[in-house]
Amino acid sequence: MKRRIGQKIFLSGVVVSFLFITGVFSVQAREKTVILATTTSTQDSGLLDVLLPIFEKETGYFVKTIAVGSGQAMAMGEKGEADVLLVHSPEAEKKFMAEGYGINRRLVMHNDFIIVGPPGDPGKIKGAKSCVESFKKIASAKALFFSRGDHSGTDVKEKAIWEAAGINPEGEKWYRETGLGMGQTLNVAAEKKGITLTDRGTYLALKKNLGLDILVEGDAVLLNIYHVIEVSPGKWPRVNSAGAKAFAGFMVSKETQGVIKTFGVDKFGSPLFFPDAGKKDEELGEKIITKFQAPKSK
Amino acid sequence: MLLQVPSLSIQEEEIFSLIGPNGAGKTTLLQALSHLLKPFQGEILFRGSRVETNHSVLGYRRKLAMVFQEPLLFDTTVLNNVASGLKIRGMKRDEIYDRAMEQLERFGIGHLNGRSAKTLSGGEAQRTSLARAFALRPEILLLDEPFSSLDPPTRDSLMEDLEHILQQTRTTTIFATHDRLEALRLSDRIALMNKGRILQIGSPEEVTNHPANEVVASFMGVEAILTGKVIKRNGGTFIASVKGQEIEAVGDIPLGETVVLCIRPENVALSILSSREGTSARNVFPGKILKVTSLGLYQKVQLDCGFPLVAYVTNHSLEELSLVEGKDVRASFKATAVMVIRK
Amino acid sequence: MDLILEGIKKAFWLLITFDPEVMGITLLSLEVSGIATLVSLLIGISTGVTVALSRFIGKRMVVSLINTGMGLPPVVVGLFVTLFLWRNGPLGFLEILYTPTAMVIAQTIIATPIVMGITLAAIQQLPQKLRLQILSLGATRLQMVWILIKEAKLPLLAAVMAGFGGVISEVGASIMVGGNIKGYSRVLTTATVLETSRGNFDVAIALGIILLLLAYLVNLILTQIQQRERPR
Repeated sequence: MKRRIGQKIFLSGVVVSFLFITGVFSVQAREKTVILATTTSTQDSGLLDVLLPIFEKETGYFVKTIAVGSGQAMAMGEKGEADVLLVHSPEAEKKFMAEGYGINRRLVMHNDFIIVGPPGDPGKIKGAKSCVESFKKIASAKALFFSRGDHSGTDVKEKAIWEAAGINPEGEKWYRETGLGMGQTLNVAAEKKGITLTDRGTYLALKKNLGLDILVEGDAVLLNIYHVIEVSPGKWPRVNSAGAKAFAGFMVSKETQGVIKTFGVDKFGSPLFFPDAGKKDEELGEKIITKFQAPKSK
Repeated sequence: MLLQVPSLSIQEEEIFSLIGPNGAGKTTLLQALSHLLKPFQGEILFRGSRVETNHSVLGYRRKLAMVFQEPLLFDTTVLNNVASGLKIRGMKRDEIYDRAMEQLERFGIGHLNGRSAKTLSGGEAQRTSLARAFALRPEILLLDEPFSSLDPPTRDSLMEDLEHILQQTRTTTIFATHDRLEALRLSDRIALMNKGRILQIGSPEEVTNHPANEVVASFMGVEAILTGKVIKRNGGTFIASVKGQEIEAVGDIPLGETVVLCIRPENVALSILSSREGTSARNVFPGKILKVTSLGLYQKVQLDCGFPLVAYVTNHSLEELSLVEGKDVRASFKATAVMVIRK
Repeated sequence: MDLILEGIKKAFWLLITFDPEVMGITLLSLEVSGIATLVSLLIGISTGVTVALSRFIGKRMVVSLINTGMGLPPVVVGLFVTLFLWRNGPLGFLEILYTPTAMVIAQTIIATPIVMGITLAAIQQLPQKLRLQILSLGATRLQMVWILIKEAKLPLLAAVMAGFGGVISEVGASIMVGGNIKGYSRVLTTATVLETSRGNFDVAIALGIILLLLAYLVNLILTQIQQRERPR
């Protein structure tokens, strides 16, 4: 008797809860939803806040942006949990493509990475021409360095430079991993007066509160290239390939590229990204150095 | 608590008490009778028909009302508390109000109706609890030690009121208590319980003066319980030998039979040894005082008369006879004061 | 210090101008956490009462499980809800990952043990014999349960507050299962995280202040009820 009543109460609770959950929010139709897995830098810079409303208005798609590191974004793509990727980790992307997880990898834009640190320049690297050289100096000076440590595009790039410098900083006292996004890592570096590698876009967006200076820039190694990749529907039938295709097409369209070109100019005095649609990866290497010597911190 | 009750029947309109020490099973029996506990075996009949077959348990329970040792009031006003059972029955508002107020007045707490139950004194709270029960106009009222948490003056006044109200309503009442005086005062019949069994059922006079066994006798206040053997018969009385002493008692019991003799302390008189005052008592024994304990209004005197005996004396006599430990005195009690339990 | 003052100024500006984005985020926070709290009340109170009132083998274990659940880390909940709701997860067919619905589910899972645990304690702390008293007043089992819940209403209000406070201030699970999608699944906490990492500390502070105000307001209302119900 006692138990029966208990069950009744419990069951009615569950039923009502279910009604609540299903009744209150209308779930977006799958065909009209595109899951975009991207890096934190595109979201933190505010670029997507400008581009997505245009795309959604034009096409009627609803984009769910999941801002994670490039590494996690590709992991989501591998599992078919995302429809389209906007990432900046070329080596990993090539592997992703080679394994057949993605189709139609297209160049969207670039900016560059820079090494930033406190004005005191603890590693004495200011003005260095070679990025690898400056990393060696940081290590020998044991200057405090902050790494993302999250397998993001930035993180992969940084690890590659350490490798090129022949140094394994893991476990060193001066080398710290934040495990955070770019914006937060910059905040940590600013607070602790450390050096870090960042994409220029995020740095410019945050610059006013940071008190971190650009120490090294312009090395070809520091190029930061963004590609859009449609997740292959072959592996995961649930992937919204039409939506992915529409979004990828939108990113490389003339109109969008125009928006990218001017994005951030009014706020930071220089653009945060440079549109590259239609170009080949190899064409970028040379230009970058000259292009980025102009903007000086005000 | 394991309960073994072969049968028990309660008469309509009687006040039936269950008494016994703590842990005797009184509460368990009450809960079984109200179907709050389900017996492993056996059944409960209400007006001759089995509860579970002929009444719904709920319907049966709605003929009862129960009051516990703690008032167990709800966190609301006194009036709402008294009304709660009626609300549960889905009665109309006006009727609920009238009935609840009527009971509050009856228990002399009408003026408290708007008060929060949490602010009541112990006596007021228990009156509210009783009013809540009476508001249901129960066919059977079950009381589980309702006075035990109250201080003596509060208890006396509440018991007096309850006695009066029960006389008016003639509600069939089952009253569990560990206090024999409460039971003796209110009851028509008393059942004495111990260790889950009913030892004796009888009128207050019967259980007091004709205990069925030593346990009943002891619980009903007998201090001296002696085992002896009948050695002489004497037309209506007999003499039993107890540890070499001869005690005379009333009864027709064969020679050689073992009997238990119970002597209530209030029936034992003490006098000083030298006094030659005549006594009509058939049993007179010299003895030594082992211990004197004050019980407040009177004193308990434990004696060694060759067998243990206890007497109650007033404070006044204690002084007059200068009874102290170690003193030799003379104890006497009538043959009719000896209760006999045959083995 | 300037930053904080700036943030407070901005907060008031956003509030008095009814900034549509901030209002949207605030309303969604209220909606998601409110529904999650309601659902957790239904499940938590019914289960809590059931466990409190029944006797069964292993009850002690169940009770300590519930008490452990009261401290369920939101990110762990977020992780498991994500794993279940993934397209290729067991509940992937529902297509509700990165939706407010998913956030309601995650927050419900976080709040339910809190409500359940407090309910359990509240009912158990009532006198044992109260149940018998209620039954002997002629109550059905359901009436008895209802009266017991009413008797425990003060601690149960605390359960509402603890549950709501727990989920509205929670960020880990919301960001994982909701995705922090602008205008869709962005709530006060996840927006605060985003604005902080964007360096928009003024907006972050503003959102934080709104969150505090909201939590304060809700608790104020509940406390009012609680105080009013308290015996005079």
